[in-house]
Amino acid sequence: MAPPPSQSQRSPSPSQPSGKSEVSDLKLQLRQLAGSRAPGTDDSKRDLFKKVISNMTIGIDVSALFGEMVMCSATSDIVLKKMCYLYVGNYAKVNPDLALLTINFLQRDCKDQDPMIRGLALRSLCSLRVANLVEYLVGPLGSGLKDNNSYVRTVAVVGVLKLYHISATTCMDADFPETLKHLMLNDQDTQVVANCLSGLQEIWTLESTTSEEAARERETLHSKPVVYYFLNRIKEFSEWAQCLVMELVAKYIPSDNSEIFDIMNLLEDRLQHANGAVVLATIKVFLHLTLSMADVHQQVYERIKAPLLTQVSSGSPEQSYAILSHLHLLVMRAPYIFSSDYKHFYCQYNEPSYVKKLKLEMLTAVANESNTYEIVTELCEYAANVDIPIARESIRAVGKIALQQYDVNAIVDRLLQFLEMEKDYVTSEALVLVKDLLRKYPQWSQDCIAVVGNISSNNVQEPKAKAALIWMLGEYSQEMHDAPYVLESLIENWDEEHSAEVRLHLLTAVMKCFFKRPPETQKALGAALAAGLADFHQDVHDRALFYYRLLQYNVSVAESVVNPPKQAVSVFADTQSSEVKDRIFDEFNSLSVVYQKPSYMFTDKEHRGTFEFSDELGNLSINAESGDSVVPAQRVEENDKDLLLSTTEKDDVRDPGSNGSAYNAPSYNGSAPSATSQPLADLAFSSTSATGQAPASIMAIDDLFGLDFSVGTATTPPPPPLTLNPKAVLDPGTFQQKWRQLPISLSEEYSLSPLGIASLTTPHALLRHMQSHSIQCIASGGQAPNFKFFFFAQKAEEASIYLVECIINTSSAKSQIKIKADDQSSSQAFWTLFQSALSKFGLP
Amino acid sequence: MISQFFVLSQRGDNIVFRDYRGEVQKGSAETFFRRVKFWKEDADGDAPPVFNVDGVNYFHVKVAGLLFVATTRVNVSPSVVLELLQRTARVIKDYLGVLNEDSFRKNFVLVYELLDEMIDFGYVQTTSTEVLKSYVFNEPIVIETAHMPVGPASIFMHGGKRMPGTAITKSVVANEPGGKKRDEIFVDVIEKISVTFNSSGYILTSEIDGTIQMKSYLTGNPEIRLALNEDLSIGTSDYRGSGAVILDDCNFHESVHLDSFDVDRTLSLVPPDGEFPVMNYRITQAFKPPFRINTLIEETGPLKAEVTIKVRAEFNSSINANTVLVQMPLPTFTARVNFELEPGAVGHNTDFKEANKRLEWGIKKVVGGSEHTLRAKLTFSQELHGNIMKEAGPLSMTFTIPMYNSSRLQVKYLQIAKKSKSHNPYRWVRYVTQANSYVARL
Repeated sequence: MAPPPSQSQRSPSPSQPSGKSEVSDLKLQLRQLAGSRAPGTDDSKRDLFKKVISNMTIGIDVSALFGEMVMCSATSDIVLKKMCYLYVGNYAKVNPDLALLTINFLQRDCKDQDPMIRGLALRSLCSLRVANLVEYLVGPLGSGLKDNNSYVRTVAVVGVLKLYHISATTCMDADFPETLKHLMLNDQDTQVVANCLSGLQEIWTLESTTSEEAARERETLHSKPVVYYFLNRIKEFSEWAQCLVMELVAKYIPSDNSEIFDIMNLLEDRLQHANGAVVLATIKVFLHLTLSMADVHQQVYERIKAPLLTQVSSGSPEQSYAILSHLHLLVMRAPYIFSSDYKHFYCQYNEPSYVKKLKLEMLTAVANESNTYEIVTELCEYAANVDIPIARESIRAVGKIALQQYDVNAIVDRLLQFLEMEKDYVTSEALVLVKDLLRKYPQWSQDCIAVVGNISSNNVQEPKAKAALIWMLGEYSQEMHDAPYVLESLIENWDEEHSAEVRLHLLTAVMKCFFKRPPETQKALGAALAAGLADFHQDVHDRALFYYRLLQYNVSVAESVVNPPKQAVSVFADTQSSEVKDRIFDEFNSLSVVYQKPSYMFTDKEHRGTFEFSDELGNLSINAESGDSVVPAQRVEENDKDLLLSTTEKDDVRDPGSNGSAYNAPSYNGSAPSATSQPLADLAFSSTSATGQAPASIMAIDDLFGLDFSVGTATTPPPPPLTLNPKAVLDPGTFQQKWRQLPISLSEEYSLSPLGIASLTTPHALLRHMQSHSIQCIASGGQAPNFKFFFFAQKAEEASIYLVECIINTSSAKSQIKIKADDQSSSQAFWTLFQSALSKFGLP
Repeated sequence: MISQFFVLSQRGDNIVFRDYRGEVQKGSAETFFRRVKFWKEDADGDAPPVFNVDGVNYFHVKVAGLLFVATTRVNVSPSVVLELLQRTARVIKDYLGVLNEDSFRKNFVLVYELLDEMIDFGYVQTTSTEVLKSYVFNEPIVIETAHMPVGPASIFMHGGKRMPGTAITKSVVANEPGGKKRDEIFVDVIEKISVTFNSSGYILTSEIDGTIQMKSYLTGNPEIRLALNEDLSIGTSDYRGSGAVILDDCNFHESVHLDSFDVDRTLSLVPPDGEFPVMNYRITQAFKPPFRINTLIEETGPLKAEVTIKVRAEFNSSINANTVLVQMPLPTFTARVNFELEPGAVGHNTDFKEANKRLEWGIKKVVGGSEHTLRAKLTFSQELHGNIMKEAGPLSMTFTIPMYNSSRLQVKYLQIAKKSKSHNPYRWVRYVTQANSYVARL
C-alpha cells in the first residue's frame, strides 16, 4: 500500500512515508530513544511519532511498533502524549494483549495534577475498545465523573457511553446512567449536561428493547420537568447542543396550547441563528408542536419561509442543499403557501443538478393560475439548456404543470413549440407529454394532432417517445390522414425495432387504426400480426396471438376490447403514498427528507430499531399528565391534513384581533405573551378535550370539505364486526402500564404455516406484515428459533386498545399468544382478526 | 452523531482519517471516493453532498479543493453534519492560516489534535477556535503562500494597496516573526449578486446574498460595536422611508447582541477568535447591476454567423472589476470562431472551447464607466435548422469588484472598547461584490 515514490520526492514533509521497511527502521529508532534522558529527546520523539502517525493515516499497518510506542510514552510532553494516545486508540482493538501495557500509564495519568492530562488519559482509556480491560475503566470513570474540572467531566460522560458500547453490563452494574442523570440535571457546565443527554438517550434507547425500566427512563427525558429544565437554559448551550435540546423538545407533547405558545416564543429568535442546523431544529419543534392547530401551523409556515430562504442562499452549496431539501418537503406539503415565492425557485445556471432538480419540482408544485405564465416561460428557457438532463426535467415540469392546471391553453402552445425545436431530446420529451395531455384533455386533440402529424417518425428514436407517437397514431388515426401509412412503414421495419414496448404499442395502434379505416390498414395489420406472432419476445408474441384470435372470433367484439370509448383521465397517480409522505414529515430534520424516503427504507435494523420506535412514539405519544388512554395521534394527523388540503379553513377559524398578536410577535421581541395567546388557544382544538369529542369534530370538518382521510377504513368493504385503526399509536410507557393493569383475556396457541416460518428470518418481517393488518408492534426481539413480539391495536372508532404478547418458536412452528384488552367482550373478535392476519404471513 | 471523519485530496488520498466509533468499515474512504468519481462519469452531474451506500451515509463538503467527509449509519440531521464539516474546515483554517493539501500534510498531527477535541465518540464537543486554544498544544507550521488562498476575501491579496497581504492567511495562534502579535480586526462585507436579464435587457430576477464576515486578532477580547445604516429595514414590516436599504431577511452569529439593533442598527459583540460570519442577509429589492450586457447574434451567411457582445461597467471610475469572465454556449455545429477585439485592448483573452462549444472572454481589469466589445465570427460545419437564438446562449458572467457593494449596506463605524488610550488596534472594513449567477438571455 506504499504510495508511489514520486510522491515522497515531491514533498519531503514528515507525513510522507517511504515504504514498509521504514516500519522496522522506526522501531529501531524508537527503542534507542525509549530510555534516553538526553536533552532534545522529546523533539526527536516528536519527529518519530509524527512519522508513525503519518503511516497510520495512509493505511500502513504500524501496529508492530506498539510496544516501543508505549515505552516512549513516559514523558511529560503533552504533545507527545497526545500523539501516543492517538496511536494507542487506533491499534488497541486489534492488539488487546498489548493494550494491557498501556493501562498502567493511562491509569496513572488519570490521576495527574493537570486536569488536561487527566481528561486526555481518561478519554484514551475509554477509547481502547477492548472488552477484557473494562474492569480498569470503572474506577477512573467514577472519579472522572466527580472531578472538579469540567473538562474531565465532559470526557468522563462520553467515556460512560464508550464503556456501555464495550460492555453494557459493566456500565449498568456500576450504575453510571444514574450518575449521568444526576449530572444532567445538576451540573453547571452545559457541555457536561449536553453529553449526559446524548449519552442517556443512546443508552436508554438501546436498553429499552430489553428493559421496561429503561423505556420508562427514556420517557422521562421527554417529560415536562426535564424539557423545561433544558429550555430554560437553552441559550447557555453551544449551537450543537441547542440542536440536541431542540430534538428533545420536538418529542415533547405539551399539555395545553398556552404551553405551546410559550415554547415557541422562547425559541423564536433561534430562527435567526446563522447556523442552519439550529434553524432547522427550531422549525421542527414549531411544526410538531402546532400539528393540532391548523391555523397556527399555517402561520408557522409563513414565519419560517424567510429564514429558510436566507439559509438556502447563505453558506456553502452543500449546506444550502440540506436546507433546500427541507424547503422542498414543505413546499410539496403546502404549495399554495409558497406560490408567491416562485422566483426563489428559479434555477441558476451554475447550480449543481441535484439542486436544480429540487427547484424544478418546487416550481411545478407552486404553479397556480396567477404565476403559471411566468413559471412556464422560465421553464421553457431551461429547455434549451446545455445541461441536457435538466432540459428534459424542465420539459417534464411544463407537462406536469399542464396536467395540474385548468387553463392549459397557453401551455399547450408552448409544448407544441417544443416539438418544433428540432432537438431530439426535446422532441422526445414533448411527445410523451402531449400524449399524457391528450389522455387528460381530449378536447385538445385537433391542435396537437396537427403538429404531431408533421413529425417524421424517423426523427424519433427514444422508445418512450416513439411509443407515445405510435399511441397517438392509433388513437387519432381518424384525424391523421397518413396514420395507416406511417404505421405501415413502421411495421415494415419491425425487425429493426429493438424496444418491445414500441412493438407492443405498434400492435395495438394498428388494431385501432384498422377499426377506423379498415381498407387502408388491412395489409399493415396482417403484416403486424404475422411479425408479432414470430416475435421472440413473449409479451409481443402473446399480444399478437390474442389479437389474432380476437379478430377471428368477432371483429366488433375485438373493437370493444381493443378500442373501447375512453374517459379522460382526471388525475394521474401520485408516485408516493400519502402515508410515506407523512412518515417523512415526521422525520423532519433527518436524512429521510434528503433521500425522500422514510428511515426504514435506508437504515439497517440495528441502527434504526430503537430509534425508529422512539421517533414514532415520541412524536405522537400522549402526554404523561393526561393519564387517560386517549390516542390523540390520529386527530393530530388528520388536522394536519385539513390544513394542507384546505386554505379556507384558516380564514374560518381566524379571529384577526386576538389571533395574530400572540405568535406574530415582532422578530426581536423575546417576551412570552402567554396572556395574549389564550384566546387563540381557545379557538383551536383543546387538546385536553374529552375522548369522544375529538373524533366527532373531525367528522364534522371531514364532511364540510368532503375530504376522505380514512386511509384504511374507507377502502374496506362493509364494516366487519371489528375494524382496527390503521394508524393506532401507543407509547411504550402506556403499553407497559396497561399490560400490568389488565388481566389476560385470552391465551391461545397457534401453529404457523410453513411459509410463515420460512419468512420469519428476522422479527422485522413479521412486524411489517402485521402493520399492514393494522396491528402495530411496540417491541420485538429474539433470534431464531425463538422470537418474542409485543403488538397492539386499536378499534377504528374508539380508543379501545388491544395488547398482544406473541412468542414464536420457528423450529416447532408454534406460537403462544396472550391478549389483553380494554374491552374484554371484543377480545374474541380481535383474536379472530389477529389469527387471520398471522395466517396470511408469508403468503405471496 | 458521526462515525468517521476524513479529509481526502483531489486524487482521493487520505490526508487525515479519524474513526470515532468503529461502526463503519475501514474502506469507507475508498468507497466514497469511487462513488463520487463515478457520479460524474455517469453524466449525472456532481454527487450530492449526502448519499447512502449499503446503509452507510456519506456527507461531504468541498473546501479549498479538499473533500471533508463524515460517515454514519444513523439517521442524523444532514444540516448538523454538513455545518459541522464546514466548521471543522474553518477551525483548521484558523489554525493553519492557509487551507490546502500542503498545509494539511505539514500539520496533520495538529489537525488530529483539533479533531480529538472537537468531536468525541461522534458527538460535537466544541467548534470554537477560542475554546480549543486551551486544549491544543501543537504549534502550526505555517507554509509560505506562493499562490492565492481560496475564499471570497482572497481578492484583497492583490487588489488594494491599503490591505495588509498577510491578514487572511495568518494563523490565529502562530506568532508573527518578531514574536508579537499584531492587534487587528477585519470586517468584510461580501455580497454575492445574482441577476438574470431577459432578451431585451430587462431584469427578470435579482438578489443579493450578503455576509458581514469578521476575523479578529484582537488581544483581550474587547467588546465591539458595529453600526450599520440607520435607514436599514428588515422585511416589509418596518419600512424606514424611501431610499432605504431593505433586507428581506437576515440572521446573526450567536455572539451578536441585538439589544440596540431595533433602535439604531448597532450590533454589539465580543468577537471570538478566528473567522466567522457576524450577519448573513438577503435582499431582493431592486438594485443597479454593475454591468450591462448587450448580445447580438445573427446569421451572416449559409454557414456563418456573427456574435457581438458589449459589456458596459456602470460603476464609478475609481473602482475596478477584476477577473471578469464572459462565457456563452454557441450552436452545436460551430466549427471555428474568429475573434475581433477593439483596437488597443489590453489584458483580454478569448477562447473557443471546442469540447463544450463555448465562447470565453476574459478581461483582467475593467475600469468603472468603460465599455468593451467583442466580435466573434462563427463558422458552422452544418447548416442550422432552427432559430439561431435558441441554439446559443445564455451568456453568463463572473467578476469580482473590490470596494464596491451593490446593496448600499454600510458599516458606519466599528468601535472597539478600549482598555487604554495607547491601545489602538488596526481596523479594516472592506467591501467586495462578486457575481454568483449573472446571466443575460438571448
